[in-house]
Amino acid sequence: MNKPNKVLILGSGALKIGEAGEFDYSGSQALKALKEEGIRTILINPNIATVQTSDNIADDVYFLPVTPYFVEEVIKKEKPDGILVAFGGQTALNCAVALFRGGVFEKYNVKVLGTPVQSIIDTEDRDIFKEKLEQIGVLSARSVAVTTMEDALAAAEKIGFPIIVRAAFALGGLGSGFANNMDELRTLAQKSFTTSDQILVEESLKGWKEVEYEVVRDQYDNCITVCNMENFDPIGIHTGESIVVAPSQTLSNREYHKLRSIGIKTIRHLGIVGECNIQYALDPVSEDYRVIEVNARLSRSSALASKATGYPLAFVAAKLSLGYSLSELKNSVTQTTSAFFEPALDYVVVKLPRWDLGKFEGVNRQIGSAMKSVGEVMAIGKSFEEAIQKGLRMLDTGKRGFVANKPEQVDTATIDKLLSEPNEERIFAINLAFEAGYTLDQVHDLTKIDHWFLQRLMTIFQLGNKLAEGRATGLAGLETQLLREAKKAGFSDQQIAVKLLGEGDVKADELLVRARRKALGVLPVIKQIDTLAAEFPAKTNYLYSTYHGTENDLAQETSKSIVVLGSGVYRIGSSVEFDWCGVNAVQTAAAEGYKTIIINYNPETVSTDYDVSDRLYFEELSFERVMDILDFEQPQGVILSTGGQIPNNLAMRLEEAQAPILGTTAAMIDQAENRHKFSSIMDELGIAQPRWKELTSLEAMHQFVQEVGFPVLIRPSYVLSGAAMNVVSNTFELENFLQTAKEVSAEYPVVVSEFIQDAKEIELDAVADKGEIVSYAISEHVEFAGVHSGDATMYYPPQKVYVRTVRKLKIIAEKIAKRYEISGPFNIQFLEKGGEIRVIECNIRASRSFPFVSKVSGRNLIQKATQVLLGKKVERDESERVYDLPFVGVKAPQFSFTRLPGADPVMRVDMVSTGEVGCLGDTAEEALLKSMLSVGYKIPQKTVLISGGPIKSKVALLSAVELLVKKGYQIYATQGTHRFFAENSIPSSQLFWPDEMVEPNVLTYLKEKKIDLVINIPKNLSKGELDNDYKIRRTAVDFGIPLLTNARLAKAFIQAFCKLELKDLKIKSWNEYKAM
Amino acid sequence: MKQVKLVLEDGTEIQGESFGAFTSAAGEVVFSTAMTGYPENLTDPSFAGQILVLTYPMVGNYGVPGEELYESISKIFESDKIHIAGLVVNYYSEEHSHWNAAKSLGDWLKEYNIPGIFGVDTRMLTKILREKGAMLGKIVAEEDVELHDPNQDNLVAQVSPTEVQHYGTGQHKIVLVDCGTKTNIIRCFLQRDVELIRVPWDYDFTTLDYDGLFLSNGPGDPKMCEPTIQHLQTALGQDKPIFGICLGSQLMGLAAGGDTFKLKYGHRSHNQPVLLTGTKRSYITSQNHGFAVDTDTLPAEWEMLFENLNDGTCEGIRHKTKPFFSTQFHPEAAGGPEDTEYLFDDFLKAVAEYKAAK
Repeated sequence: MNKPNKVLILGSGALKIGEAGEFDYSGSQALKALKEEGIRTILINPNIATVQTSDNIADDVYFLPVTPYFVEEVIKKEKPDGILVAFGGQTALNCAVALFRGGVFEKYNVKVLGTPVQSIIDTEDRDIFKEKLEQIGVLSARSVAVTTMEDALAAAEKIGFPIIVRAAFALGGLGSGFANNMDELRTLAQKSFTTSDQILVEESLKGWKEVEYEVVRDQYDNCITVCNMENFDPIGIHTGESIVVAPSQTLSNREYHKLRSIGIKTIRHLGIVGECNIQYALDPVSEDYRVIEVNARLSRSSALASKATGYPLAFVAAKLSLGYSLSELKNSVTQTTSAFFEPALDYVVVKLPRWDLGKFEGVNRQIGSAMKSVGEVMAIGKSFEEAIQKGLRMLDTGKRGFVANKPEQVDTATIDKLLSEPNEERIFAINLAFEAGYTLDQVHDLTKIDHWFLQRLMTIFQLGNKLAEGRATGLAGLETQLLREAKKAGFSDQQIAVKLLGEGDVKADELLVRARRKALGVLPVIKQIDTLAAEFPAKTNYLYSTYHGTENDLAQETSKSIVVLGSGVYRIGSSVEFDWCGVNAVQTAAAEGYKTIIINYNPETVSTDYDVSDRLYFEELSFERVMDILDFEQPQGVILSTGGQIPNNLAMRLEEAQAPILGTTAAMIDQAENRHKFSSIMDELGIAQPRWKELTSLEAMHQFVQEVGFPVLIRPSYVLSGAAMNVVSNTFELENFLQTAKEVSAEYPVVVSEFIQDAKEIELDAVADKGEIVSYAISEHVEFAGVHSGDATMYYPPQKVYVRTVRKLKIIAEKIAKRYEISGPFNIQFLEKGGEIRVIECNIRASRSFPFVSKVSGRNLIQKATQVLLGKKVERDESERVYDLPFVGVKAPQFSFTRLPGADPVMRVDMVSTGEVGCLGDTAEEALLKSMLSVGYKIPQKTVLISGGPIKSKVALLSAVELLVKKGYQIYATQGTHRFFAENSIPSSQLFWPDEMVEPNVLTYLKEKKIDLVINIPKNLSKGELDNDYKIRRTAVDFGIPLLTNARLAKAFIQAFCKLELKDLKIKSWNEYKAM
Repeated sequence: MKQVKLVLEDGTEIQGESFGAFTSAAGEVVFSTAMTGYPENLTDPSFAGQILVLTYPMVGNYGVPGEELYESISKIFESDKIHIAGLVVNYYSEEHSHWNAAKSLGDWLKEYNIPGIFGVDTRMLTKILREKGAMLGKIVAEEDVELHDPNQDNLVAQVSPTEVQHYGTGQHKIVLVDCGTKTNIIRCFLQRDVELIRVPWDYDFTTLDYDGLFLSNGPGDPKMCEPTIQHLQTALGQDKPIFGICLGSQLMGLAAGGDTFKLKYGHRSHNQPVLLTGTKRSYITSQNHGFAVDTDTLPAEWEMLFENLNDGTCEGIRHKTKPFFSTQFHPEAAGGPEDTEYLFDDFLKAVAEYKAAK
């Protein structure tokens, strides 16, 4: 075998819809596989929050954009002899195709390891792909690839409606959709052409079963399918939007193996080496099928398949790309049997997507052929019922399972609509339909979901009713048999409590059920995932719990052990950064000599790799399940503070149940989380806060607003759907907002806070030991307060913060740490204006920015925090490197607005970004530019459109616009901005507002791509009506034009790209920065 | 729901619920890790006398198809009846869903008076069988039954037909010695250019005019098939191509002068990896066997053709100079992966070459 010495690996950049944490997992596995071979690895990935960009995973890391320019520069500098392009999602794949076409690999003599780029192109170009399939007699959907609107319409004429439109070379089905007539097609095609030069007009297979296989092939033509998966939702809903079950449940042996054989034949013909995914449509009433697509790379599905089976697909794919044959590799679970095998499952896996559509104004909530979900969960059980109910709870959307949720009154017309035009609530609409007396056939007709799945849901529904029949006798009358049935069908103690005892004090009732259940001896058992269904002995530590069983596969961990709770489902506000925290906590605990146990259920994570901890429970992070596991394992301690909000929310209940929580006490955590308690403590400590009040009537609100003045920040107390946090600037907006908010009353109070404008936002991430800070990092937002900290661009170390401010912050932080007797990680957010400092909030847990500041500063805060939690004496850092650090880090948010049709692409008080990057530079400008290029911004070529918003932001932009003019940019502006520029002697061309319908119109210029960058500053702070500004912003996003909506950030960006050109951005690795 | 129990010879008793026929039955308890294909498995004659434990947790999901015939044999099933003695599962899916389902699994078992038991911790049971080896057991409904070792019976004689049957009109005349053949073997031949003569296990096929000889799969201990081995020894003295599958492979090994042994718990699954000896080529195969050829006992002119990548056992043998070969696995699949069906072509190619040389 001719192994390379140095290999470059392309990451996938920031997390975005369609491309999320799964590539942290696959990249980390590939790096591990290469390291084992003694190969030097270089990683390019600007996503600083990932595990793969941590110390000691790759030999060196470049926090740079995964774009052809930067990758070529790194190749030029590093001279690797091999490159892996299949582990960084579509981003890496598209980049590799561009580099291949540009002859870059050839030029620098870099060998693409694994699947050849030509095979990738063969799968990505719809025409070539179809032709390839035809060569071997494999069927694909009748379709025509077109490059013009005219051809698209002609193709539809030929194929007949309904049809589906797909964009070539797009991740997660971007630019796809169904059209039932020419008009719909025209709209859809126009949009698709903005993301791709070529689109596909195709026969619609709506209602067919959707089935996928993960196929692995080595260079000796050995081929296996590691897992097949069946979508609960039939074709028409993107697989990333579908509930998916593994293995398939409703396919006969003939169907299963027919598709398997076709997959192998296809993958051999395409010449893939490594791993790929093949998707099929299968006729629900015959064995007719179509191949939909092949993804010649690791994918979301492959991450899922790896976790579902225990077969390490990414690891094996990396080894195969070096030239190994499958039979030369070992099954890493059994360590004795061969990697050339197909896992046999003795359990059922259900994946469910998590959406956050409620966070977006204007978004189309229907789910369909394009992906909108931001995360997913995987549930394991011995029946579909057990797994899906676990999964519905794992989504953390407040649901208790399929049944026993908060009652909803919905009429049948709405139910019909929810069933036939699904949104993210469809699964619950099925329950509503059952409650309304719909038959299985009726639900099937409206959803096309296979009867078998519906029948399983019906079983849950009926069991729920049976439990409710016992209302009269309550717990005392609950029979063991029925209780066991319910537990086997995935009912939580809480669900049983609600059904049996009614919707009372649910948490207290849950404890009663739990006690009764334990008394009756109805307990879950712990089972192993071993890839071979127990055929061979395996020393696997990959575990789940089930009520279908009588024996635990293993005994409790006898050495001293620590349980770390993971962060659960990725959603807006909590994603890969907390996985990094969890993994680091585990690694530290292991280094301190503990056996480590992880509880987490997110298949997109590294923490759920079974070789990260000594035991992995792929389980719910609910009070019930965590207690089950703690009861079983009896660990020395539980770490909650590295997993974000889900584990933090369990603190009180776990402590009440005598769980050995490490670090800050639950009571203290509660005193920080509870607004009232926190506020009075701040008063007690003499620390200023923005004024706020919890109000229960409209009069009280008006009165409070009079006191503090507009603008104010309003938070409805119960924010699961509907009106969320908002800032209002005047009485009109306030009234308007209150109309949309559900209600204001004693039962539903509203929190109103003073909103301080033009204030700097500063964050402190720190670790304390019994109230004494031992390490901290301060970072500064580019934007003024008002942009959620998760959407903000951030400097570390701070660039424009006075020394006196830092000193004051530190004093406040020390007071808070002492008062709360903090042991472990915490984060405080501050406002600074005119030298005055106010505290916004304090989170007694690790925060989103921990990996960023840890990596840039070179001080691993989680490592320190974990050592503190374990009772180890940690020395206080001698001096913060705030002012000595010879380089700057900038963290920038990644938005996924392109994937959310209709959503207003603007940053406000509620977080809407889906991911982030962090880049390093010798100067703040350099780091900022690198990070903004990493999240998809481009340095404009010639033209910038400015719509400057209120006068304040227009003024703020002035100096930057002068720079643009000096640089020779052509400035376009909307009316007011144009006038303002003219008054200030800045030349600009006026474009008319969208609703003026006069040329030259903004929309025309955007659609014709005559604008390279759009700066549109919203006129008010409110989640506005869908007006002119909205149209400009949305059109920019729909036509792929970079958009900035914050004046401070726009200014910083303009200053950066006017000062620095692409070639000025240093190609410097992390090690080089560290050595500075 | 009626309660039944599963009793193992080591004294283990597991309570469960009844489906299929509410009756008692004894047999050898074996497990299969296949995730699909219960209609195929249950009608596979190699399972005769066995109580089958399925490790896949939800069974019966797609029901059971109606019977259809193809050239007078079943188009759907692997024989004309259910051969297992009993079925053990975790979750029985009574409500099934499939476009070609004609009945539920439970109703089908009832038709053949075969008991099923569900609600069993099949993983625990599998671990017992893995550690202690396949053992005798019984499903007990109302009346107790005696334990019974099917390997003491001549199972092949029970499942083999009594008369010679002819199928197809192709140019290659193949004799199929039926020790309990799966119908998909017949289908695999008939899809090719073959005239098939299906003979009972103890039939003296050496008297027939044929171009190639095929030895089928079948249940139980191969050493029970003495007449077959004798006839086979005669055939090995000639040059006509011979191909054996599963039991057929063991018979070939015995006839060649080698020995067979009982595996601790056998291979019953759709995911057994085998390596083509001396190459880097591997295949995923469908398997169902409790006995295997002991490679060390093979005479010098024979060699191992395929090797199991998991445990190194013999997965097929071949004669070094003559066109005789066999596989322990099932190239005809049904159920399971179809990756090695090409071996039927290899065999027929050898037949064609033999005829050409003649």
